[in-house]
Amino acid sequence: MTPRLLKRPGSLWPGRKSALPLALATGMLAGTVYAGAPGQITNIFEPLSTPAESVYQSALLTLAICAVIFLIVGGLLLYTTIRFRRRAGDDSLEPPQIYGSNQIELAWTVIPILIVFVLVLVTARTTADVQNQPALPDSLNVTVVGHQWWWEIRYPELGIVTANELHVPVSNAAKRKLTFLRLESADVAHSFWVPQLAGKTDLIPNRVNVMWIEPKQVGTYLGNCAEYCGTQHARMLVRVIAHEPEDFARWAAAQQETGVEEPRVKDGRQLFFATSCINCHAIRGTVAKGRFGPDLTHLMSRDTLASGAARNTPEKLRGWMRNPQTIKDGALMPDMKLSDEELDHITAYLQTLK
Amino acid sequence: MISEDAFRMPVNLAEWRLPSRRKVAVACLIATEAAMFTIFVVAYLYYLGKSLTGPYPAQVLETPILSTICLLGSSLTIVVAERALRRANRGGFQLWWAFTILLAAVFLGATASEWHRLITVHHLTISTNLFGTTFYSLVGLHASHVVVGVTLLGLILVLSLRGHVKNEHHEHVEMISWYWHFVDAVWVVVFTVVYVIGR
Amino acid sequence: MAFQEIALPQSLGTTGSITERLHELVVTVDHKKLGLMYIGTALIFLIVSGSMAGLIRAQLAVPNNDLISPQVFNRLFTMHGTAMIFLFGMPIVAGLMNYLVPLMIGARDMAFPRLNAFGYWMFLFGGLLLFFSYLAAPGLSGHGSAPDVGWFAYAPLTGRAFSQGHSTDYWILALLVSGIGSIVSAINVIATIVSLRCKGMTLMRMPLFVWLMLIVSGMILSALPPLTAAQIMLLLDRFLGSRFFDTQAGGSAVLWQHFFWIFGHPEVYILMIPGFACVSEIIPVFSRKPMFGYPMMVAATVMIGSISMSVWAHHMFSVGMTSVGNTFFAVSTMLVGIPTGIKIFNWLGTMYGGKIRFELPMIFCIGFLFQFLIAGLTGIMLGVAPFNWQLTDSYFVVAHFHYVLIGGLLFTIFAAIYYWYPKAFGRMLDRKLGLWHFWLFLIGFHLTFDPQHIAGILGMPRRIYTFDPGRGWEIYNLISSIGAIFQAAGLLCLVANLLLSLRKGERAGDDPWDAWTLEWTTTSPPPEYNFETLPEVRSRRPLWDLKHPKDPDWKYE
Repeated sequence: MTPRLLKRPGSLWPGRKSALPLALATGMLAGTVYAGAPGQITNIFEPLSTPAESVYQSALLTLAICAVIFLIVGGLLLYTTIRFRRRAGDDSLEPPQIYGSNQIELAWTVIPILIVFVLVLVTARTTADVQNQPALPDSLNVTVVGHQWWWEIRYPELGIVTANELHVPVSNAAKRKLTFLRLESADVAHSFWVPQLAGKTDLIPNRVNVMWIEPKQVGTYLGNCAEYCGTQHARMLVRVIAHEPEDFARWAAAQQETGVEEPRVKDGRQLFFATSCINCHAIRGTVAKGRFGPDLTHLMSRDTLASGAARNTPEKLRGWMRNPQTIKDGALMPDMKLSDEELDHITAYLQTLK
Repeated sequence: MISEDAFRMPVNLAEWRLPSRRKVAVACLIATEAAMFTIFVVAYLYYLGKSLTGPYPAQVLETPILSTICLLGSSLTIVVAERALRRANRGGFQLWWAFTILLAAVFLGATASEWHRLITVHHLTISTNLFGTTFYSLVGLHASHVVVGVTLLGLILVLSLRGHVKNEHHEHVEMISWYWHFVDAVWVVVFTVVYVIGR
Repeated sequence: MAFQEIALPQSLGTTGSITERLHELVVTVDHKKLGLMYIGTALIFLIVSGSMAGLIRAQLAVPNNDLISPQVFNRLFTMHGTAMIFLFGMPIVAGLMNYLVPLMIGARDMAFPRLNAFGYWMFLFGGLLLFFSYLAAPGLSGHGSAPDVGWFAYAPLTGRAFSQGHSTDYWILALLVSGIGSIVSAINVIATIVSLRCKGMTLMRMPLFVWLMLIVSGMILSALPPLTAAQIMLLLDRFLGSRFFDTQAGGSAVLWQHFFWIFGHPEVYILMIPGFACVSEIIPVFSRKPMFGYPMMVAATVMIGSISMSVWAHHMFSVGMTSVGNTFFAVSTMLVGIPTGIKIFNWLGTMYGGKIRFELPMIFCIGFLFQFLIAGLTGIMLGVAPFNWQLTDSYFVVAHFHYVLIGGLLFTIFAAIYYWYPKAFGRMLDRKLGLWHFWLFLIGFHLTFDPQHIAGILGMPRRIYTFDPGRGWEIYNLISSIGAIFQAAGLLCLVANLLLSLRKGERAGDDPWDAWTLEWTTTSPPPEYNFETLPEVRSRRPLWDLKHPKDPDWKYE
């Protein structure tokens, strides 16, 4: 039986270039429209803090090397596919049967080894720079505890406990101000990722990780939990707000104060303490000392509720208490089954926690 | 048509002999089981000294000398049994094979009694602390392999008593003995890790 | 080897009623039938799991979408990942190994035919068990349903406290059962290759496909046990209250990650190397040249197999290892990239100077080469630990591994299907439908996964059921979701082609591609006993030797 030879060469040219370089360029271009300020677009190629900048440098070099490799090897592939295609009407003689070439194979083994060598040096250097940064004098120390699905933020040296928003002072070249984050978890594994400030570091129960940030610009930096931690992993956002040093001091002082008792919200206040709110929530200066849920002492000083799931408005706050599941399906705060009147009172009270 | 040239073999193919498939398969099985045991050993070593509460190894572990001698001895008796089979000595094979099973049973009995003591006297269970967790899982995994081994050995004994195991089956029997030697070798490691290093 | 022209019946298994044919499949120990059963079942799981991905993309097409609840979404991505890896990837590999290895080495069947059947049924039952969780996991407590802990099931999310009901238990048990199937297949393949090669076929004369499957099987034997061990530990934690991963009792969540990735990383090579194996057979035939640098290809793959056991913690760069630890794993990761890259050059060297025929197997291989190059480069980026701190757990890494598994593995599977379907069924697949498949799927693949690189760069984490507008992610997610439609259309073309060509395809004959390995010396489909007489070989390309008696390979090798 003679082997069948299909004489018709391919009728559709399969060669094509990848869309990735184009897309990458577009993306980076789009990102640079919002040049150099913290905001809603969290582009890892727009670092605004020293660790993120170190990562960015190593990333640029890596990208450049990979781009060159892609152009050369991809180009060779393209060339080979076009140049050595079987032409129509070609005779059926087989091409020269080459089994290998020691010199060529040696060359294309040595060159990658050299490239890897360079990358290893860059990696080792950047890794050490970022991970082994010692604390500078008067660095700020913050403890971040991951919960399902919110961030507990404690300033042990300042006596402040808050949630979901991390306020820090900016750093400038003259007087560097680093913030060290001690990362812990109360339940499952989470990950702290604010792309413009630093790479990710995980929060793992029964383990302490340390990372640092050094924001160079005032503003609000957005980030997400980056380790799948259950139902509402998607809505576990974190905000890092960088202030000028004086503003930061003012913020800290305000946070250190405990609330003033306003008589007009007495009903709401009493309801809050009578129902089981205090089992989970803390309000400094009162009997509410619950640790399971976020600290509410200065709830109104925050931009969002439920770690970014809703804006912090009275309506949303009321809606949250009415039934948290409507804003964050799966949240661990139960539906407290409060009446409309009770909701109004408690909302009014919470509105005074500025 | 095809030229005869294509058929002339420079290699003497009359001697084309490849390893026995049975041996290859059992060797692979042993390798893969060894990999699994390694992970349990790693967990044991990693968690040494990390229990938050007692009881602790030094307090409750007693070196199982007798059962170790029995189990390692069973590796010798099984070799004697195999030799007997190769010499077509059916009676000798059955005797030494049964002796192997007996020694294994003593080992299992001693393990059971040790666990009974640990649980009832020292209140150490798999959920007590990290020591309990790693101890029972590692020793238990090994013991379960001994149980499987005893079952296989028992099957062979029954088959032999009914006259089905002959001299030409020596490789089949050898494969069972390879498994058995592996189980004994694992015990050497477990013993060292749990009763020597771990205390 | 004597060539006799014997008219053999073109049978696809037995003729007979449906019950007879089904019964034949249930009791068969024939490696060819089992191989096709593995592949067929895997393709069904591909479609099921792919549909899940379609739902995921539908939910993510627009921000703040409420098409799918978070609970259902989390189950979908868990099941999608688990099913794709364990119920499509592993069985496709097993199917290819079992069908082709005996034919390629000139044997009549695998070393242990009954073990082979056992392996298939374990795989199937494991798969059914996983999906059974949808029905049974709620149990009495009402909690559960399918697993929703992610395909790598990090502790302590999988502990009793955080994963109530039995969903996680189904994840564990299903994978334990089908994992037995994988291990058993591997043992069988090694025993077959070592002990059943035909006369004259030394190890260095085996087809590269067979060599690579030997290495893959060795990797399975060393990589699967850590997963088995970790899963047993998790099972003990969940049922007997042991403390392996109970962080409240001093257990370590990171230990699970270590054990899992000691399995997980070699696993992805276990999936990919069979793709390399297919490509290493197809590219030479359609370039009309032998594999360039066969010994180096073997050596490189052995190196990949061994180095890949030492790179696992590059999945854990953000866990908080020391800078020394991170650097070590970055080094090993980049080292393993070297032999992988070398293989691309060898394929290139095979094509160079050849006469490339653009048949469908080759077309898919060319797609594979470009895409795998990109996948490898994004892999290098991920290996640079500091860069990894930004890229890991984001859509960039999702894009990377889909590039490897779809752009790489799936394209090679498609190539293999078009190449060996004629051998298995005696019919050619339709070329026109195949081109539709290729172009639709290619467009869909790139539409879906190219933008995901950018979404990751812009900070989009993975495994989120929705996202807010204004983050700059919307357009990339929309394009990504549109791509899914094209991929589905392409797959539909393939399925139609597979079914229609059974009856209507052009008859293939023994050797439709003018190839050189032993499977092409027997009929299409092969008879149950594979070969009339067992072959004797003198070189790597026995059929080339027969076709070119004045210029046989054994003069030059």
